[in-house]
Amino acid sequence: MTSSATNPRSRGTVSLRVNGVDRRIPLDPDRHLLYVLREELGLTGTKYGCGEGECGACKVLVDGVAVRACQTRIGEAVGHSVTTIEGLAHGDELHPVQQAFIDAGAFQCGFCTPGMIVATVALLARTPRPSDEEVRAALDGNLCRCGGYLRILDAVQRASRSVAQEGSSHR
Amino acid sequence: MSPTAATVPFDLLPPGERPYFDRFGNGVVVVLPAQRPGPSGWGAGGPPHGGAWIHVGEDGRARAFTGKVEVGQGTRTALSLVVAEELRLPLSAVDLTMGDTDVCPWDMGTFGSRSMPDAAQHLRLTGTATRSVLIGLAARRLGVAPAEVELVGGEAKVRGAARLPVGYGELVKGLRRLEFVPAETRASPPSEWTQAGHPAGDVTARAVVTGSREYTSDLHLPGMLHGKILFPPTYGAKLRSVDLGPAKALTGVVALHEGDLVAVAAPLLPTAIAALRAIRAEWEPTPQPSEREIVDYLRNHPAEGEDFWDVVHHEAGDVEAARAAAAVTLSETYITAYIAHAPLETHAVLASWDGDRLTVRLGTQTPFRARDALSDALEIPPARVHVIVPPTGSGFGGKHASELAVAAARLSKAAGRPVRIAYSREEEFTQAYFRPLAVVDVRSAATSDGTLAAWEFHVLNAGSAAARIPYRVPNQKIDNQPTDSPLAQASYRALAATANNFARESHIDEVAARFGVDPVDFRLRHLADDRLADVLRATASKAGWEARPSSTAGRTDRHGRGIAVGLEKGGRVATFAEVRVDEDRRLEVVRLVTGYECGAIVHPSNLRSQVEGGAVMALGGALFEAIHFDGGRVVNPRFSEYRVPRFRDTPPIEVLLLDRKDLPSQGGGETPLIAVAPAIANAIFDATGRRLRSLPLTPDGTVP
Repeated sequence: MTSSATNPRSRGTVSLRVNGVDRRIPLDPDRHLLYVLREELGLTGTKYGCGEGECGACKVLVDGVAVRACQTRIGEAVGHSVTTIEGLAHGDELHPVQQAFIDAGAFQCGFCTPGMIVATVALLARTPRPSDEEVRAALDGNLCRCGGYLRILDAVQRASRSVAQEGSSHR
Repeated sequence: MSPTAATVPFDLLPPGERPYFDRFGNGVVVVLPAQRPGPSGWGAGGPPHGGAWIHVGEDGRARAFTGKVEVGQGTRTALSLVVAEELRLPLSAVDLTMGDTDVCPWDMGTFGSRSMPDAAQHLRLTGTATRSVLIGLAARRLGVAPAEVELVGGEAKVRGAARLPVGYGELVKGLRRLEFVPAETRASPPSEWTQAGHPAGDVTARAVVTGSREYTSDLHLPGMLHGKILFPPTYGAKLRSVDLGPAKALTGVVALHEGDLVAVAAPLLPTAIAALRAIRAEWEPTPQPSEREIVDYLRNHPAEGEDFWDVVHHEAGDVEAARAAAAVTLSETYITAYIAHAPLETHAVLASWDGDRLTVRLGTQTPFRARDALSDALEIPPARVHVIVPPTGSGFGGKHASELAVAAARLSKAAGRPVRIAYSREEEFTQAYFRPLAVVDVRSAATSDGTLAAWEFHVLNAGSAAARIPYRVPNQKIDNQPTDSPLAQASYRALAATANNFARESHIDEVAARFGVDPVDFRLRHLADDRLADVLRATASKAGWEARPSSTAGRTDRHGRGIAVGLEKGGRVATFAEVRVDEDRRLEVVRLVTGYECGAIVHPSNLRSQVEGGAVMALGGALFEAIHFDGGRVVNPRFSEYRVPRFRDTPPIEVLLLDRKDLPSQGGGETPLIAVAPAIANAIFDATGRRLRSLPLTPDGTVP
């Protein structure tokens, strides 16, 4: 997709593809993606936790890769496909990772959960059957202050199995 | 909704005069009356509470009300479960309203692990009485004796008869019946539970995983402004002068200076931040102690006890005489650092006015206290303040303050628009209060056969929780002394119990080692509490405890194991830790095993989460968390500088839950934390022969 930032008719705004929909936002390439998602597009499932890229609560997918939205300038995201936690389910059907987090009881206050789920989706896309050590390494940048890491580890492995099963049943 | 229904909060009206039915529709309401604090503190019926009430409506659903709040500890599901249990309803037919000051029972706050022993118990009693009312209605409707009526899945049936059941909605149709819980009401015994005590999903799950659950910091109202507060640059600094002019010059900015509050609000957060930076303020610093001298400073600055810092003075026997006659005496001091709660969602509030009525959505553990604080600060009656507690991204005892709510309310009033304030992470670290730095002096004496004879336990600045000793010691002297802490400090998940347990369980290990006695054996010989002894035995067994003494020689394989127990807030805990200390003295926690008993378990998987998560949280305070300060300034107010437990820090944790259906349900949010630090310290001693008496134990990852 080509960036509409270069389109002279839309000077002052720019198009950002979020959850499969092109959204028009003010053109100011230095704003952070987190701010735009939460304050301008009303997508508040992506959370602010620290603003310095330490906690992972703001993780979203950009072209399928988990990035920290608080460290991503909007200029870097334009022209790419952004997926937030709100974009993972298909209607009423949850993404297998979302379902796995429910099945494993992998949250307490739930504030870290969107970032954890997004990071897991990216991990499983890259490494469908991760070892526990690979999960720990991939999610080490996501903080859960309630200390639910072992439940989250369980959720990731459940998701890994159900994604694998889904894949084989579709073959 | 009729206008009268919205004007006076339910808890400020007599129970018989509340507009339950105007507000929630026809049906049946059953009320457990409040028990307010008496002149001499807590009465015989336990802590003060605002009672409970349950409404069963024409839709056949139950709406239950509690003043407790959910900040991630799982009580929304656990409390809904006991209502579903008593009303014989599916969990999905129960709506629980929590901490809404307009319609919920007054509550002192969600702290001290009281949601299970108090709120759950009140809802069980209210649910039981509601069930009786429904049975009475059904008996009349079906033309049978009440004993022949059976309630199942939201329907009334005649026992053993093939007659059409009647739904609760049908039973209460057209009624506006108000009843009170009879004094003789007894809730269903846990041994008969079919829903509570059994696996259940979390009622918030779907919203959590889809990102649709709106926390306070996610809320938005039309015309809303973003607020920022000007905080002093150092603790105790006094505002000498302030010039709001440059801030007000920015487009759309509202700036105010009222009393101690200097704050700004603007339509966009970046504008509010710019306005805050534009304020010209001069501050008068006051001298502050350095971190290096803090222990002496606290020793030299005793304070009178406030309500929260309850003071304990306990004496038994003759400590001095016992010491003089003892074979072995030990005297050691144990210290715990100031640490931060660092909830993942920072403090957040959204305030809005409708005429002279204020609505505040606040992530708080104490909504009714917030209502009082807002009423006082804004000089309006409490009846015109409505506090709502949206889903809150954890608290851990850190969300009791109301200052930001007052600031948002003032800004909103000045601007004539809703105002949201959400702390930045740095503000969270610097403006929230901390877990107190505690100093505990322990002096013990034992007879030649290794029996404890005297126990002196002097607590400075932690509090009295778990200061009493669960071991048999004939001569005791236990007290605690609050101080004038230079840093803001208050409640933290299991705060005093963590400090006091660390001191006691470390010291007990030191005595056991002195006598060459196995640490489990030494504890079992002295434990005065059978339930705690059961938990210790079960945990040691689950962990595969190898009975032998620990000694200053350490272990040649550099592996150590330690154990600690604790009894607090009605719960009994034992934690086993296995550690490895490598050649470079780097510490690895190999595994933890925690056994926990808190009476009848209401929501097993949630309790498991609390115990497991509590152990992880406790690891942070045990190993590396510490607030550092200098010149009245916190110097590590970021996650990049204040380390909290991550995936890589989390060892395998086995949880052993002892379900005592014969005993009242107690909380599980705090007590599971308190044995982690001493278990690890004892394991480090076992591995290396080095005794560490200060938390965090290994700030840089190595054993000092």
